[in-house]
Amino acid sequence: DYSPFLGIEKGAVLQEARVFNDPQLDARRCSQVITKLLYLLNQGETFTKAEATGVFFAVTKLFQSRDIGLRRMVYLMIKEISPSADEVIIVTSSLMKDMNSRTDMYRANAIRVLCRITDGTLLTQIERYLKQAIVDKNPVVASAALVSGIHLLQTNPEIVKRWSNEVQEAVQSKAALVQFHALGLLHQIRQNDRLAVSKLVTSLTKGAVRSPLAQCLLIRYTSQVIRESGVNNQTGDRPFYDYLENCLRHKAEMVIFEAARAITELTNVTTRELTPAITVLQLFLSSSKPVLRFAAVRTLNKVAMTHPMAVTNCNIDMESLISDQNRSIATLAITTLLKTGNESSVDRLMKQITNFMSDIADEFKIVVVEAIRSLCLKFPLKYRSLMNFLSNILREEGGFEYKKAIVDSIVILIRDIPDAKEGGLLHLCEFIEDCEFTYLSTQILHFLGNEGPKTSDPSKYIRYIYNRVILENATVRASAVSTLAKFGAMVDSLKPRIFVLLRRCLFDNDDEVRDRATLYLNTLGDGSVAETDKEVKEFLFGPLDIPLKNMETSLKNYIQDPLEEPFDINSVPKEVKSQPLAEKKASGKKPTGLGAPPAAPASAADAYEKLLSSIPEFAAFGKLFKSSAPVELTEAETEYAVNVVKHIFDSHVVFQYNCTNTIPEQLLENVTVIVDASEAEEFSEVGTKPLRSLPYDTPAQTFVAFEKPEGVPAAGKFSNVLRFTVKEVDTSTGEPEDDGVEDEYQLEDFEVVAADYILKVGVSNFKNAWESMVPETERVDEYGLGPRESLAEAVNAVINLLGMQPCEGTEVVQSNSRSHTCLLSGVYIGNVKVLVRLSFGIDGAKEVAMKLAVRSEDVSVSDAIHEIVASG
Amino acid sequence: DLCPSVKNILLLDSEGKRIAAKYFSDDWPTNNAKDAFEKTVFTKTQKTNARTEADIVMFENKIVVFKFVQDLHFYVTGGEDENELILATVLQGFFDAVGILLRGNVDKKEALENLDLILMCLDEVVDGGIVLETDANSIAGKVASHSIDSGAPLSEQTISQALATAREHFTRSLLR
Repeated sequence: DYSPFLGIEKGAVLQEARVFNDPQLDARRCSQVITKLLYLLNQGETFTKAEATGVFFAVTKLFQSRDIGLRRMVYLMIKEISPSADEVIIVTSSLMKDMNSRTDMYRANAIRVLCRITDGTLLTQIERYLKQAIVDKNPVVASAALVSGIHLLQTNPEIVKRWSNEVQEAVQSKAALVQFHALGLLHQIRQNDRLAVSKLVTSLTKGAVRSPLAQCLLIRYTSQVIRESGVNNQTGDRPFYDYLENCLRHKAEMVIFEAARAITELTNVTTRELTPAITVLQLFLSSSKPVLRFAAVRTLNKVAMTHPMAVTNCNIDMESLISDQNRSIATLAITTLLKTGNESSVDRLMKQITNFMSDIADEFKIVVVEAIRSLCLKFPLKYRSLMNFLSNILREEGGFEYKKAIVDSIVILIRDIPDAKEGGLLHLCEFIEDCEFTYLSTQILHFLGNEGPKTSDPSKYIRYIYNRVILENATVRASAVSTLAKFGAMVDSLKPRIFVLLRRCLFDNDDEVRDRATLYLNTLGDGSVAETDKEVKEFLFGPLDIPLKNMETSLKNYIQDPLEEPFDINSVPKEVKSQPLAEKKASGKKPTGLGAPPAAPASAADAYEKLLSSIPEFAAFGKLFKSSAPVELTEAETEYAVNVVKHIFDSHVVFQYNCTNTIPEQLLENVTVIVDASEAEEFSEVGTKPLRSLPYDTPAQTFVAFEKPEGVPAAGKFSNVLRFTVKEVDTSTGEPEDDGVEDEYQLEDFEVVAADYILKVGVSNFKNAWESMVPETERVDEYGLGPRESLAEAVNAVINLLGMQPCEGTEVVQSNSRSHTCLLSGVYIGNVKVLVRLSFGIDGAKEVAMKLAVRSEDVSVSDAIHEIVASG
Repeated sequence: DLCPSVKNILLLDSEGKRIAAKYFSDDWPTNNAKDAFEKTVFTKTQKTNARTEADIVMFENKIVVFKFVQDLHFYVTGGEDENELILATVLQGFFDAVGILLRGNVDKKEALENLDLILMCLDEVVDGGIVLETDANSIAGKVASHSIDSGAPLSEQTISQALATAREHFTRSLLR
């Protein structure tokens, strides 16, 4: 395989670079050497600092040559090396000379090189030339200056902003790309000035833009202006929509597509607005160019998520794309069809997909599986053919992610479609007979243990489960033992036979497997046909209502500092700590299948608990039930910043005021908060802990404690004044003056509300938890919430009012949906578990109605929840 | 930022080896990351037949448009929200300009022998991620005009022929 660079070696090329120093330069030879150097860099070879410096200095010598080609290679080389500031000075004068040359190519390239390597100081020297270059009659020179301006705006905005007159002139240029570059730069200069951008868009959309690229830019800017200005409420018209629609008739495909995409992405786009855009995208679907088909089908796929009806017209074109050579296009077409299809087309569609599945990559298959899952939930009557499809593909080859997606889908269908349950469980059983993924086997075994005993004939699953004990690795065997025990505990008639199987497990060679078998054999009774004790069931298989993360932390603390008495599980805090936003987003989006509920992250509650127990005055209050999130009591950027954390105990509350002094010239001493509790009748103040000293910018806390009736969710409003002695500080020495002045500072009020008495504690399976509560504790009522901004806003308001943990991602409301069900779970003060099921509906006038069903371990708590809502 | 942007332009051979590449974004900070990306791109597009029309693939939140000729694979990558047709226009401009500069003899051997032209061509298509020029004749014209009067680089015969054609092509496009 011939290559001119065969056997090329860095050291040798660097030696060759000595020709750059020859008094009689051989331009051709020098060009070749630079090409070799660039080849090395391009292949990922790196030069040491010394080597780079050496090459750089040698290359600067080549400015002596008048050879145009060589000069061009010199430019490339300098850009690749990106010289340091002191090296830049060496080439500055040469490049500035080129910038003023009569050869346009020199000028254009020298501008680009100089702007690439320059720093701010040099820039002011060459600013004058750059401004001239922007309006140069040679388009290549003008573009070079404009593009350099776009890059420089990032590092030296104040200089580039001074060029806006020249840039504005360049926007009028007849040269297509100059117009594009000028428009890009002008918008970036003005992007923070909404009025200016709006004016720019208004004047340009009247038709001065010729270049397709500039037109695409203008469409993007226009969409931005539309987003920010909203719909004209009187006429219902959207400003600039006509411009976008006109662009659909442009001769350049990139402009047509840009406009169509912009229309589909308009907020609250109407069907009337969508139609012309859908029509041009539909034409693209049958283009001979794959890029065009892909762009169109990808956009239509997105539209189908929110406006499936608008896309149905394209269904015939979509169906022909299922056999597209490009598998991305085919997958997008299929998932679009799955979103827009109706019940009668499902069977035909499934047939087409079956042929298609065998020859696409796993990543595409996963997308299809997820689309099928949504389809099945949409048309539950079609579960039979969809479930069959899923079980068929489960038997075929595939990687872990793909298999997991299928299993997750089957699990969700079993949960949501009762008729699908028995068939679905058997599909899963068959799958674990030949499953290479330990994770999936154990998850399916766990799921079988929960669902299998509740079926009409639980005994038929035992064979599959016990086969695991014989055939699999230790992890799977241990899971299988637990699953067997669950069947034994739940199905009394099976118990004797289960005991026989469990006894065989006592001889397993793995500790965990034997331990589990021993535990179950010793707790589930004597192996006769008898009902298993409720407490035993609860102990063995009941939900662990403690966040695992908290459990882990508590155990670690216990091991570090072991006590005489055994570890007490009741000492583990139950509060789920608020998750970081990013994590929440990720877990909230997808319906969780087999996976356990998201683990609770590490806690601030531990820190609070430590802090409070270290204060003797509060040590007698008992165990901390809950700490609220901080409530700000001052505006941002005031002299003193104060927020409060409400700590709830069984018969006390402690307010922790976090104070920050933001004035360097002041030292505060004896800081207290004077609390007026006249609007909180059930509370009486029992103590305060002043803050001795509050220096500048060092946050510290003062506390006030109240007594309240035991176990009662007392509510009330508290007004606060910060009282302190202020001393002037000499900022040069940091020494405070001796004498201080007493002063007060008014803080905002805050309230203790019902939500402060409810812990956010999630449950992994809401349906199971709900069913396990005594139905007699259920309290149901309906409420009118009046006109609301949106359904999502109403759902959020109720969640916040109750302060409970949303389960199974039900806090997310699909946009445009008219009804929503939200599931909440929590622990009420006094350690009473409570579950809430909220059903919302919204009508055309945005009136929201809500049905609230509560179950809890104590009827009075169910009533209390209703009271909170009724008075909220 | 709303300005269309190109994340990289790649020219690989029929085994996925890099002939020339230019990266404009910091998505790939190391040479290993670049190699890995090129390997993925190559594997994902290997079996396609992007010879008459440019084809497209999307992965790792990026869109890649590509076109093959002989044993050369041309790629242009953009972000997932980029207008696919803009990327395709950049690809076509680069692809055709190389065709002009190599006077129709577009294969790996010619590309390597005229690597200086390829590198200059890359430099004229995109500057720091911003599209500089998409018209193949203009791109080739700029590259060729630089080389006029210079001695013939690496492979003397081919390059002087290439330049002659490039110049001729350029003047023809001006006369049109």
